[in-house]
Amino acid sequence: MSKILVIAEHDGTRLNPSTLKCVTCAAKIPGAAIDVLVLATDSSAVAAQAAAITGVGKVLATDNPANAEGLAAVLAPQVAKLATDYTHVFGPSTTFGKDLMPRVAALLGVGQVSDVMAVEGPHRFKRPVYAGNAVLTLDVPAGDKVVATVRVASFEAAATGGSAAITKVDPGVALPTHTRFISRSGGATGRPDLQSASRVVAGGRALGSADGFKLIFSLADKLGAAVGASRAAVDAGYIQNDLQIGQTGKIIAPELYIGIGISGAIQHMTGIKDARTIVAINKDGEAPIFEAADIGLVGDLFSIVPELEKQLG
Amino acid sequence: MRRIMVGVKRVVDYNVRIRVKPDNSGVITEGVKMSLNPFDEIALEEALRIKERGLADEVLAVSIGPVDTQQQLRTALAMGADRAVLVQTDAAVAPLSVARIFHKLIEKEQPFLVLVGKQAIDDDNGQTAQMLAGIWDRPQAVSCSKVEIADGKATVTREVDAGLEVNEIDLPAVLSVDLRLNEPRYVKLPDIMKAKKKPLDTLGVADFGVGDTATFTTVKVEPPPQRQKGVMVKDVAELVDALKKKGLV
Repeated sequence: MSKILVIAEHDGTRLNPSTLKCVTCAAKIPGAAIDVLVLATDSSAVAAQAAAITGVGKVLATDNPANAEGLAAVLAPQVAKLATDYTHVFGPSTTFGKDLMPRVAALLGVGQVSDVMAVEGPHRFKRPVYAGNAVLTLDVPAGDKVVATVRVASFEAAATGGSAAITKVDPGVALPTHTRFISRSGGATGRPDLQSASRVVAGGRALGSADGFKLIFSLADKLGAAVGASRAAVDAGYIQNDLQIGQTGKIIAPELYIGIGISGAIQHMTGIKDARTIVAINKDGEAPIFEAADIGLVGDLFSIVPELEKQLG
Repeated sequence: MRRIMVGVKRVVDYNVRIRVKPDNSGVITEGVKMSLNPFDEIALEEALRIKERGLADEVLAVSIGPVDTQQQLRTALAMGADRAVLVQTDAAVAPLSVARIFHKLIEKEQPFLVLVGKQAIDDDNGQTAQMLAGIWDRPQAVSCSKVEIADGKATVTREVDAGLEVNEIDLPAVLSVDLRLNEPRYVKLPDIMKAKKKPLDTLGVADFGVGDTATFTTVKVEPPPQRQKGVMVKDVAELVDALKKKGLV
């Protein structure tokens, strides 16, 4: 039987929604027993949230001041040690999980499956390659522990309402001091989080300037949406890096995505193709984004966007 | 000798339209333009800049792949790497095997810094730096957008989901680089001529005793599911109607 350990992502007080998606992915393995591991300075708040996820058998919690900033080099030896009795170790395919899980796999001497988008069996998974231009189905050797990151856009968040037992554990491993946290900046936009928002308004290079992007922010606020951008807009300096959507940015799966002045380069489309509804507004009717859009409107964004905001009342 | 080792990979050029083989065994790479992985080019550029600032004496480019990977290593030498090593194999090499081979090279070459791209644009795994750092038991800094070296330490700015994170790490260490770290230089013709004389050693993968087989078995490779083409609306009023019909606003 599969015993799956899901590594919780959190900021010390709140569990990241990515963890609920990892649990959903884990539950696709028939008959799996799912535990969640919380590594923190004081795990109590996050462990309680993890214990409420439906389908979780128990929560393992480790308290250690060294865990404060979630450094991969510090967490990896603890995860590797605590993974001993598990057949699978899952983390989210966020920057947190992408940093941590390959190091865990290396310490365990096994490969790592990146960006699991579908579970076909206890050892068989689908994942995107070539910027999502191909989908690979692979088998992990039967005797190997499965270490994987879960593509969060491919799975719904697990329900909550459960009450799993919380067990304090001590991995009892030496932790390195060669990596030290200095600071963190950015992120707080006062708007919904791009990666978990149900609505996203994204702008491209056609906005023309950082000032032009105010149109995007204004429409987003009207809709209660997160703001995103194409790589071209980020490279042009119109908007900060962490709002980039695409192969090398965020992969999103909102209910509604509105792409404005975005041509739809393949690297961008990789990031949005799991959106439930794609709306494209672009002055070029031949733009590739219209090939994938559910609703398309050709025209000048500088007149369309204010008009749209007005008509949305 | 203060040495920087840069891992580079030969990949299908980023401008090539990827097509899946009819028998679903992989993607078509025959007759397709191959290039240095763009993220690895950024890693190499950073190594060269660190050397140009007088903080390193030698930049060593290493790659694992078929004999034709010499082309990409010559490009690396033309950009400014001092020498190159090819670990030759025709087999697909999984990130764990890459990390193990790189670790053996590290034991021999003793670099104070190892740089790689944050991911290769073919497999999109994004694992090599982290695995290598884990095996080597040294610090890792993933998705670096700024690197400062001083006093046996590196201060690295990393791109994370919530913005930017700054870490201080002891050297030696492994860094993976992100898009915005730098813009790689163009190679000029005289540099290509000069690169032909620079040392490029070829080793066999068997010399490393770490196995060259893929960790995982490929079951099949398929094109991604296509989205249905939707409807075009002619004005904002129609757009709002369509959104309302779908219950989205």
